[in-house]
Amino acid sequence: MKRHAKIDGPQTDRRLDGMAQGVLGQPLDRPDGPLKVTGRATYAAEVRLDRMVHGVLVRAPRVGTLNGFDTERVRGMAGVLAVLTEGLPRNSAQGAIAKSPPGNEGKAQYVGQPVALVVAETLEQATHAAWTLEVGIMPSIPVINPHAAPTEFPEKKQRDLGDLEAAMAEAAATLDETYHTPTLSSAPMEPHASIAEWDGERLTLHGAYQMLKFNRKQLAEALGIDPSAVRVLAPYVGGGFGSKLGISAEAVGAALAARMLGRPVSVVMHRRQVFEMTTRRSQTQQRIRLAADVDGHLLGIGHDALVSNLPGETFSEPVQQGTDFNYAAPNRKVVHEVARLNLIACGSVRAPGEAVGVTMFEVAMDEMAHRLNLDPVEFRLRNIPDHDPLDGKPFSSNMLAQALTEGAQRFGWRHQPPRSRREGEWWIGTGMSAAVRVNMLTESEARVTLTPEGRAKVETDMTDIGTGTYAILTQIAAEMLGLPVAQVETVLGDTDLPPASGSGGSFGAASSGSSVYLACLEIRSQIAARLGIAEEDLTLKDGHAIHANRTIPLSQILDAPITTEGHVEPGDSGKIARNATYGAHFAEVAVNDVTGETRVRRMLGTYACGRVLNVKTATSQCHGGLIWGIGMALTEELIHDPRDGHAVNRDLAEFHIPVNRDVPDLEVYLLPERDDWANPIQSKGIGELSICGAGASVINAIHAACGVRIRDLPATPDKVLAGLMQIES
Amino acid sequence: MRPFDYLRAESPDAAVQAAAAPETMFIAGGTNLLDLMKLEVLAPARLVDITRLDLGGIEADGDGLRIGALVPNSDLAADPRVRRDYPLLSRALLAGATGQLRNKATTGGNLLQRTRCYYFHDRDTPCNKRTLGDGCSAIHGVNRNHAILGTSEHCIATHPSDMAVALRALDAELELLSPNGSRRRVALADFYCLPGDTPHVENILEPGELITAVILPAPVGGRQIYRKVRDRASYAFALVSVAAAVRVEDGLIAHVALAFGGVAHMPWRDGAVEGFLQHQPPSPALFAEAASRLTAQARGFGANDFKIPLLQRTLAAVLAEATEVTA
Amino acid sequence: MNITLRVNGESHDLDLDPRVSLLDALRHHLHLTGTKKGCDHGQCGACTVLLNGRRINACLTLACMHDGDDITTIEGIGADGLTPLQQAFIEHDGFQCGYCTPGQICSAVGMAEELRQGWPSHVTDDLTADPELTRDEIAERMSGNLCRCSCYPGIVNAIRQSLGEQA
Repeated sequence: MKRHAKIDGPQTDRRLDGMAQGVLGQPLDRPDGPLKVTGRATYAAEVRLDRMVHGVLVRAPRVGTLNGFDTERVRGMAGVLAVLTEGLPRNSAQGAIAKSPPGNEGKAQYVGQPVALVVAETLEQATHAAWTLEVGIMPSIPVINPHAAPTEFPEKKQRDLGDLEAAMAEAAATLDETYHTPTLSSAPMEPHASIAEWDGERLTLHGAYQMLKFNRKQLAEALGIDPSAVRVLAPYVGGGFGSKLGISAEAVGAALAARMLGRPVSVVMHRRQVFEMTTRRSQTQQRIRLAADVDGHLLGIGHDALVSNLPGETFSEPVQQGTDFNYAAPNRKVVHEVARLNLIACGSVRAPGEAVGVTMFEVAMDEMAHRLNLDPVEFRLRNIPDHDPLDGKPFSSNMLAQALTEGAQRFGWRHQPPRSRREGEWWIGTGMSAAVRVNMLTESEARVTLTPEGRAKVETDMTDIGTGTYAILTQIAAEMLGLPVAQVETVLGDTDLPPASGSGGSFGAASSGSSVYLACLEIRSQIAARLGIAEEDLTLKDGHAIHANRTIPLSQILDAPITTEGHVEPGDSGKIARNATYGAHFAEVAVNDVTGETRVRRMLGTYACGRVLNVKTATSQCHGGLIWGIGMALTEELIHDPRDGHAVNRDLAEFHIPVNRDVPDLEVYLLPERDDWANPIQSKGIGELSICGAGASVINAIHAACGVRIRDLPATPDKVLAGLMQIES
Repeated sequence: MRPFDYLRAESPDAAVQAAAAPETMFIAGGTNLLDLMKLEVLAPARLVDITRLDLGGIEADGDGLRIGALVPNSDLAADPRVRRDYPLLSRALLAGATGQLRNKATTGGNLLQRTRCYYFHDRDTPCNKRTLGDGCSAIHGVNRNHAILGTSEHCIATHPSDMAVALRALDAELELLSPNGSRRRVALADFYCLPGDTPHVENILEPGELITAVILPAPVGGRQIYRKVRDRASYAFALVSVAAAVRVEDGLIAHVALAFGGVAHMPWRDGAVEGFLQHQPPSPALFAEAASRLTAQARGFGANDFKIPLLQRTLAAVLAEATEVTA
Repeated sequence: MNITLRVNGESHDLDLDPRVSLLDALRHHLHLTGTKKGCDHGQCGACTVLLNGRRINACLTLACMHDGDDITTIEGIGADGLTPLQQAFIEHDGFQCGYCTPGQICSAVGMAEELRQGWPSHVTDDLTADPELTRDEIAERMSGNLCRCSCYPGIVNAIRQSLGEQA
């Protein structure tokens, strides 16, 4: 039996609040923990297959027309079995698209593009042969400067409400500043990896991917076969952050080579290839305009963004996604411009849009608060809208005020003028920012089986990329079916199982969780029917049904396992109400007056994400966002060569993600909330909210500490030093 | 990696004889060599493994110390004599790399680390260090982590070692063994080369010649500081670093030795600046003048221009700390 | 070439291409895939193993250089039941995706021994005194193990708890 729900409005029954097991929301240890701390969790490249051989991708060293490869020489090298130069995609597929990624049309359109795959008996042989392969290219001049490139203005991303220019002309206080964020990279710890094996016309791909139902279709189209002939397995994924949403060259290459050779082929990207051959977060230029009256009420908001991508890619970093609804103002203008460049493809990286858009907007808000001589917390509180400022829709809920107030109180927030605290060489300051992130529901399915012995199994092709899916789906089923968590097994990452939302856009937990909830609701109905009662009157706890003072073990109710499916679909709910998550970040930094080095001393976040499914894994997600915020603010930048645009620092020695010592103690508080508009479990995404604006609290703290305003991320010592020297002179 | 012959040396003499052959390199810790071999920036035809040679140990050498070339960085940093008498060296080692790398990297290998220039590490871009005459990609490219002192039109790379900067300030000497069996001692001051028009030549080692030990002279005492400015709080190469050993007697600077990292093709030392400071009463004005003299010939290439004021300020701050003078 | 590796107390005779790194020997030849490859260049620490008791990056050394050496991988830690350190990692959620975790744990084991021997670190104030088990000391000593999920607070707390209990 299948229980289906299309979410067209508020889900006010809040059934989960009435369950008796009491495990949902609890800080359950991850069920996958014991496997992960002993090295027994098996990631994509770790499947052991007979006769398996190794493929290594080859990059384009320059931009131009592909003009032949010296494949003969390489084929003659020790152990080499094949050199593939056709059929590889130009770049990764975008997320949640059931289409093959684009081919290369005979061109190297950016430096680092995958253009060939060399396969050999051993990894060492394949690696050396790949280095040896000469890539013939008739060079052309790459377009790498967004200001000198053809640009487009996607119609759906422009906004114009009221008259911003007039508001700017008449306002008591204004701000008009331009900000820059660099190219950023997901850099998951597990490099992109695929092992392909064919059984006749059927392909099995062990892949490091986030959204399996789409990955299966992408791969099938790239290979010209039916999706039903493709099975993708990804039980454990070593981080994704957007870079594993769509299939990349290593999956296509492995599948093509395995078909050609009749042997399993493993292709693992080299760390440098992960930076080039998967998607990056576009660099952005953001002009932000604010107009306010003397009391600090915003009259106008302008947010113009220039982003980039390869020609033909539909994705453009949705910088202003949060600007649509973060603050009230009658006059609003958004210009979204996309430059077409010969650089690494852009795609979703953790919180596409808000991660960089809210961050720079929250820096602008800090600057504006200073111009108004207002406490930045108070300035924000004065401008929280009571409905969607763009179209008047109600908010499903808006917890920004609570997040700001509670965060300020817990942090011990005190607004002080810049350069008011010093310890030796170090300036100390605190900064804050707001967090907003859109919330989405996507279609998702799951199967749940309950046995008479009181054991349950949850099955779906959902992935756990570190997000805690194993834990939360186990908890939802345990709560609904009244079972101890140890009696519930969750099986993920296999396209033979019901298709789930996949992991992306912070929608995974709520979407796949809703499908498990629905499947369990159906089981409850069947149990209730057997007891001759209404499902609402049924209590399930510790493997027993409780009704009218009677406690009956499941074994007396069921004579065979019950298997049901849950299927959730987004409906009108998201169109009627503005659905989003809110929070606030607070940071204390020390800035060295001699060198311009910045160290974060403490950081606190308050977040509201609807019902919390597991406070431990949710908190860890928030830590992740805060630390990404530290990285974005202080160290992370993928630097493009000024001549051909290649990423010069494409390794983990020089692309500086934070290390352990960059991170101080963090405090995270999750505010109690139920969002009925969101989905049947009243829960919203938390994987991305805490990166949205986190970096701004650090940047604003730098200003509070030493008076230097950084508008060009990251705030490396050279930039802070330049500001310090300007103040000194 | 290009295929290579692997040979395990049984004695130092056998090692240097084997290494005299063309396209042959020693391997010890391997942390830098294998990094570059995997990128095929280096592609030796033969590796001579010296890790089983008796070149470890730290022993007294007169009033100084003799450090075997194979002593791992972590052992050197943790040695009680080094911590007590040459804290500068401990500090520099602990500011570099990670616990794992320091356990493997050796004293001799650390001295021979290759530059972290992005373009040197990328076979698809021209680099005069890799192929003389191809040109330098960094001069008009991304050069934020490049040199400001002693550069040439052919190369602006820096030397990445922290340890070598400390050893330079401590007046270390190297003991070398050549394939003909002869030994020589060379001051670290004379070991490294500036890029000039031969940027591929980084030191005075002859083919097959092996560093067997590093010798530290008698401890100089005084305040010893290694200050490293970097992008991350840990595990990042220096933007600039300052090694200082300073002793103040009767209100005057009695001894001063200064070496600088992240700014040149070699650990940088400037005798004239030290001479200027010698016998002077420490003061902020004196330090500012010293910093200005140090960078008189410095030249930036765009993204690394900031290293000039950064070096000046860091030196002044280190001198202030070492002499306990506050502004 | 022929070598013998002693891994987790068991001897393995291998015939390897000299180019095979210790990491690839473990993963591809001994099928001990608990040791992870994150960068293959000593930049991430995911491949950390213990070589004769000391933590190293298995990617930056050749297997053939370790004939007769004793290697401990994650498979050799807690094989007969989780160690307190591993339990603390689970309890403090010191991981999310889990890919860096074996390296973090091997690194923490190696680090604990370094602390026990009184080795100083970059953040040790007094070079001549024994270092203390502070948050900063743990964070500095664990900075060779990157975690992009960014579980550093959990990692530090897990190590602090398990080392504190031992002390």
